[in-house]
Amino acid sequence: MAVNEVYFMGTCLVDLFYPKAGLAGMQLLKREGIKVIYPSKQTCCGQPAFNSGYRKESLPVARSLIKCFPKDIPIVIPSGSCAGMIKHHWSELFEGESDIETALSVAERVYELTEFLVDELNVELTDLGEPTKITIHTSCASRNEMKIAERIEDLVAQLSKVEVLEQERKSECCGFGGTFAVKQADISGAMVKDKTDALKATDASSVISQDCGCLMNIGCALEKQNSKLKTQHIAEFLWDRTHAKN
Amino acid sequence: MPRTETFTDRINDALDNEQLHSNFRSAMNYLMEKRRDKFPDQEKLDNLRNIASSIRANSLSNLADLLIKLEENLESNNITVHWAETDLEANNIIYQILKDANAKTIVKGKSMVTEEIELNEFLEDKDIEILETDLGEFLIQLANEKPSHIVMPAIHKSRKEISKVFAEHFPEFPYTEDVDLITQQARKILRDKFRQADAGISGVNFAVAETGTLCLVENEGNGRMCTTVPPLHIAVTGIEKVVEKLSDVAPLLDILTKSATGQEITTYFNMISSPRREGEKDGPKSMHVVLLDNGRSKIHQNNEMQETLKCIRCGSCMNHCPVYTQVGGHAYGTVYPGPIGITLEPQKQGITQLGELTSACSLCGACGEVCPVQIPLPKLINKLRSEAVEGNNANELIEGAGSKRSSLELLAWKNWRLLYGNPFFYSIFSKAATTLGFITPKTIGKWGKYRTTPIPSKHSLKEMANKAGFDNE
Repeated sequence: MAVNEVYFMGTCLVDLFYPKAGLAGMQLLKREGIKVIYPSKQTCCGQPAFNSGYRKESLPVARSLIKCFPKDIPIVIPSGSCAGMIKHHWSELFEGESDIETALSVAERVYELTEFLVDELNVELTDLGEPTKITIHTSCASRNEMKIAERIEDLVAQLSKVEVLEQERKSECCGFGGTFAVKQADISGAMVKDKTDALKATDASSVISQDCGCLMNIGCALEKQNSKLKTQHIAEFLWDRTHAKN
Repeated sequence: MPRTETFTDRINDALDNEQLHSNFRSAMNYLMEKRRDKFPDQEKLDNLRNIASSIRANSLSNLADLLIKLEENLESNNITVHWAETDLEANNIIYQILKDANAKTIVKGKSMVTEEIELNEFLEDKDIEILETDLGEFLIQLANEKPSHIVMPAIHKSRKEISKVFAEHFPEFPYTEDVDLITQQARKILRDKFRQADAGISGVNFAVAETGTLCLVENEGNGRMCTTVPPLHIAVTGIEKVVEKLSDVAPLLDILTKSATGQEITTYFNMISSPRREGEKDGPKSMHVVLLDNGRSKIHQNNEMQETLKCIRCGSCMNHCPVYTQVGGHAYGTVYPGPIGITLEPQKQGITQLGELTSACSLCGACGEVCPVQIPLPKLINKLRSEAVEGNNANELIEGAGSKRSSLELLAWKNWRLLYGNPFFYSIFSKAATTLGFITPKTIGKWGKYRTTPIPSKHSLKEMANKAGFDNE
């Protein structure tokens, strides 16, 4: 696919909490010669309400997003979870609605960021950073819905000074699950404890993931535990290590 | 198991129990690894899952016809067929058969459907002795507990705990924590029971309509003893266990044992096609099958939820569920725990009573990925959540639809919709959140018990993208 223009959907979490990750994602794309459009009216894919059972509230939010992507060009999202919501659940959310065709035409154009960088752009990265050890947490949506979880590893493998340490519970949920973390807070707390124990046992200095939901959960838990282990989104990590700082 | 406690109480008890957590964690790790070793090739696994899934889907799309055919062929094999609409009906039917045969002592093979109808309790009340003969079930019966896993009923117990239970009940044997020795002792005890029993009761894994054959998967030989040694055999099964043809059995058996325990095949696989025939030296003199509905036909009528009934009870979804691993099977308070439990039980018993079970899921999707018959468990769980708060009870496919509607929660989501559904409101909100640092909702509850509170960035991505000169059309 000869792509020269994409939409970037930042996601609501990135917009308010992790904008640097979003900006880094856009810069990575721009560096590949892509024109990146950030529709200013975008808000959220509708997932929080959808996963809590409130589909009627989710629908208008998802619908407002459709209008942001009129051109037939790819939509790149720095989150497996939000990409998965649009790509795999909008069909259910919009079922029986008059605009389902438009919704599905948006869903077809959705890519998770690392998926797009690897599969569509074949990016080549040169590591300019200091030697470091990291561990990777792949989000459940990247693994189970989008099935692109290994792209993050393909990208990191190109960085010569980055050593990747395996965590014991690589394919296990961190316990975030949106409102699950509030509704079943104690189970979620036990899950994030097991996850952070596994991450801390690796001797890595940072945890890298393709989803800010997981990173918020893991990062805030690590901070509560006074751990020195840092969390960072893959886009920010890649951009930090591969662009020349003047 | 105390069932009067709330779901939250049971969860908290489970989470406070370090031993329980470590028992489940190590058992689930072991089972996941065993399964993984049996499916090294994802493509081959997907093929197997496709085949198994379509066999089960075929069973469900022809359920009524297949059941009639099954009944005909069972009857022509001299197996008496009984239909039970409810658990009570099933129990009464079984009791009547036993009474007619003057059967007082029963040996039973492992069967979740008899757990579902609480057959043991029912028969014990009628002074009938019923003994579990699967080792795990036997131990659970001794300990007066319920299974915590549908395949490994005693998985919540450590070796030490099992040894203790055993020693308490059988002081005549020297105390040991050696599993092989305990198994040998249990074998001795059970041998006599098999020999003396008036009747054997078993479940069914697959009921073949074409031939009237009942298939039973097991590892200990106790199933074969229960179904061949006593003069009377009663098999109990849910109506959904029917398959069309004998050739459907091989692919299902293959993926069942690999998914459940990571076994190529179980030690025993029984295909039971009739009671003892003339000239045969063993086998029961008479055989009965109880076909149980107990809410299944109602699930079957619901096109969106029907796939729930494809389940072949391998337990793989619970083995891979991070929530089940944390809280164990008893916390659910239902016969079927884990992802299949939170999908099936609210449909069977109603959302009013069990709708809250669906909250015990992070929608991570692990269960859906491993299910050998491709039940879209996360999708069904999510659908049930929506039925609980948005459903219309006039549409009575699921009892209690709409019963979890909460005006406070709805208000919160309406506010969310107002902000996120309107770019203008969102931009004001986003500006306020980032510049004033407010946003963290007061209802964040216990998030802070385990984590710090996230703080909004000083600038939103929208602002940063603008500043960096990105197009914002």
